[in-house]
Amino acid sequence: MSMLEARELSREFGGVHALEALSFAIEPGRVQAIIGPNGAGKTTLLNLLSGVYEASAGSILLEGRDITRWPAHACAAAGIARTFQTPQVFQNMSALENVMVGAHRHARAGLARALLRLPGFADGEQALRARAAEQMEFVGIGAYLGADAGSLPYGAMKRLEIARALAAQPKLLLLDEPAAGLNPTETAQIEALIRRIAVRGVTVVLVEHNMRLVMELCDHILVLDGGRWLAEGSAREVRDDPRVIEAYLGVAKA
Amino acid sequence: MSPWRSGCSGGLAALAAIIALLPLALVNNYTYEVAILVGLNAIVCVGLNLLIGYAGQISLGHAGFFGLGAYGSAILTARYGWPSAAALAATTAAVGLLAWAVGRPILRLRGHSLAMATLGLGIIISIVINTEDRYTGGPDGMSVPPFALAGLTLAGERVWYWVVGALLLASVWLALNLIDSPAGRALRALHGSEVAAQVSGVDAARHKLLAFVISATFASVAGSLVAHYSGFITPSKVSFLHSVELVTMVVFGGLASTFGAVVGAAVLTTLPQLLTALKEYEMAVFGAILMATMIFFPRGFVPTLAAWLARVRR
Amino acid sequence: MTAQLVQYLLTGVTIGAIYALVALGFALIYNASHVINFAQGEFVMIGGMTTVSLANTGLPLPLAIALAVAAATLVGLALEKFAVEPARGASVVTLIIITIGASIFLRGVAQMVWDKKLHALRAFTGDEPIAVLGATILPQSLWVLGVTVLVVVVLTWFFGRTLAGKAILAASHNRLAAQLSGINVRLVLALSFALSAALGALAGILIAPITLTSYDVGVMLGLKGFAAAILGGMGSGIGAIVGGLSLGIVEALGAGFVSSAYKDAIAFVILLAVLFFLPSGFFGARGAERV
Repeated sequence: MSMLEARELSREFGGVHALEALSFAIEPGRVQAIIGPNGAGKTTLLNLLSGVYEASAGSILLEGRDITRWPAHACAAAGIARTFQTPQVFQNMSALENVMVGAHRHARAGLARALLRLPGFADGEQALRARAAEQMEFVGIGAYLGADAGSLPYGAMKRLEIARALAAQPKLLLLDEPAAGLNPTETAQIEALIRRIAVRGVTVVLVEHNMRLVMELCDHILVLDGGRWLAEGSAREVRDDPRVIEAYLGVAKA
Repeated sequence: MSPWRSGCSGGLAALAAIIALLPLALVNNYTYEVAILVGLNAIVCVGLNLLIGYAGQISLGHAGFFGLGAYGSAILTARYGWPSAAALAATTAAVGLLAWAVGRPILRLRGHSLAMATLGLGIIISIVINTEDRYTGGPDGMSVPPFALAGLTLAGERVWYWVVGALLLASVWLALNLIDSPAGRALRALHGSEVAAQVSGVDAARHKLLAFVISATFASVAGSLVAHYSGFITPSKVSFLHSVELVTMVVFGGLASTFGAVVGAAVLTTLPQLLTALKEYEMAVFGAILMATMIFFPRGFVPTLAAWLARVRR
Repeated sequence: MTAQLVQYLLTGVTIGAIYALVALGFALIYNASHVINFAQGEFVMIGGMTTVSLANTGLPLPLAIALAVAAATLVGLALEKFAVEPARGASVVTLIIITIGASIFLRGVAQMVWDKKLHALRAFTGDEPIAVLGATILPQSLWVLGVTVLVVVVLTWFFGRTLAGKAILAASHNRLAAQLSGINVRLVLALSFALSAALGALAGILIAPITLTSYDVGVMLGLKGFAAAILGGMGSGIGAIVGGLSLGIVEALGAGFVSSAYKDAIAFVILLAVLFFLPSGFFGARGAERV
């Protein structure tokens, strides 16, 4: 069974078709990329898959379950995690607390137990804190354990978002341009991190413009253009596909 | 880390010490009365701060919940002879339920719309209380029997001071506990970035509602106590102006700072008392303070002061 | 029965016209700055109270009115310069509290300058009620309706035909684009506040002979004008007028046929209903949120 399946997925904004009749499937355990020229609808697609936007038509299935109408927090609870193109970290909290929020769906403490500090609460918090610290180490920002989220440099903020997403122990991780704005060293670190994540068994979907990164990492690439399915296949297949070349570069000169 | 940040048990101990030692400075019944009012306002503000400062919402109608608490206790004890504790419990539960019911649709709104909806709600409550004079005594208000528990009557400034002091400590403790918990982090996350919080699994609607109901409950309890303490309650406590005063206290003290809320309540409750000599100027001065604080100290007077002190010390 | 209905309708349209003027003021400022000006009601109060004071000193009424409108306009400009401009870019909560603070401040000053009592302004052309379809209407009501219609005509001309008006509209749609086209947006902002204050003052002056005026008359009128603006769709001129008239009529009918004690509550129940079920009002823009 596919990890995720989209069927005739569409989304329009007041007459503008950001996505039209898109159908594809993501197999579990893969690292897959979604690429396409600007305006192809990639971020819109991620927003649909994570429940931030509601589909105008079509359906989304997560491991066979129809999650089309599900709101964002329900999609998260079902195992979908994501990062944003511009990091949306919680500036009003510490870095560690940011990651702890990521584990929200695993937080067991009931309200009464929290309010009255009943026995067991402290242990639960301790465990959450430890797990969050572990994620921060895993993504490579262990140095910032005691820091405020707002004080992190850009590259660290991007990785903080990933740590937050991983804290949810997701089945499916959607990364929106994880390498955007990073220098070559940082990009190499992100590449290594994504490999480590994939080894853990998480299905990863990247939206990326950095073609070298995409070609290195991904088993499977989906190409969108103007909100529609353009091509799909392995890195080599897509790279050599004349339709893809045309979409990016214009008609190939003979 | 700023010392005004929430979650410091040092702060709770400091507050307890202040409450314990303050009577040394309170010279007469009048000063005790001011202290008691400060404490009761502080309880409302601590709750309201959870909604405004932490969850990032706004309410311009919280005097409504305060008033419902006051009038609920008043009517049940004065007109129906209920025991005070039962009246308090029933009123608090009823207000919590109302907040839960009304909160769901209201909190779907944002920004100005949310502000106006809470405003509208507060005013409707105020109008109902003013109009149903058979129960509430209308614009003239009504008298309220003293609070009695197990045969003991709470009377006298000193007794009330310790009761309110203890309750304030309890409220602050509860608020701090909430903030430093998964639910509290969820609330703060919502304020930081609602969409990011949602994709992390936070049910925005549920958590906003939680903050709303808790803050309404705090306000209601404080209202009930004011009614019993003063022995009298009038609709002025349910007015739009009172709602604004409460928001001012929270904002002045510093959003997202539980102790700031207490300080805000303290400063802005005592200030009008100091200005009593200038009774005529009170409103104008209050309005000027409100404007100046928000224009020059948008993070709140107290956090700005703390940050400035921290810079100066270096 | 019909006579009663006509009476309520006449009352409703009269007060509705006032709500419409106040709502127009809200719409203007909201369009220019995305600020909900809680002090709008205070312009209404200043208009009425100033006219009363000036008229009492013996000045001829038209002069008193002109000066009162001028005074309110100055207050509007001051509000923009000293309260709104310094807080550009602040959060919604901050801006709301600032204008609320301004409203309280203005009321406090009014209390100091005048007093807390109710004051009467004499009607423009007498109080002899005129019979209409079995009901009566005050001459002052005709003034209210007449002036409101005139204001709407003038504003339509102003926004549709003059450069200044079009500049204001442009700036409200896209501030940056307007700036790049050479429009002085700060001037536009000041103009919007001035115009809004003048409208509010006018409303206050027109209604003062009918409902009396005092230092805190602005609170309810402001809030109801706001409800009307939201009902019609915040930011829409037509919406403000339709919203105002609708609110006035529903209020009068409600007070007459259902309960006069809860008359004031009607506006706020409508406000809540609109916010819950039709947040963009009758004519407001329906927006989709982008992430």
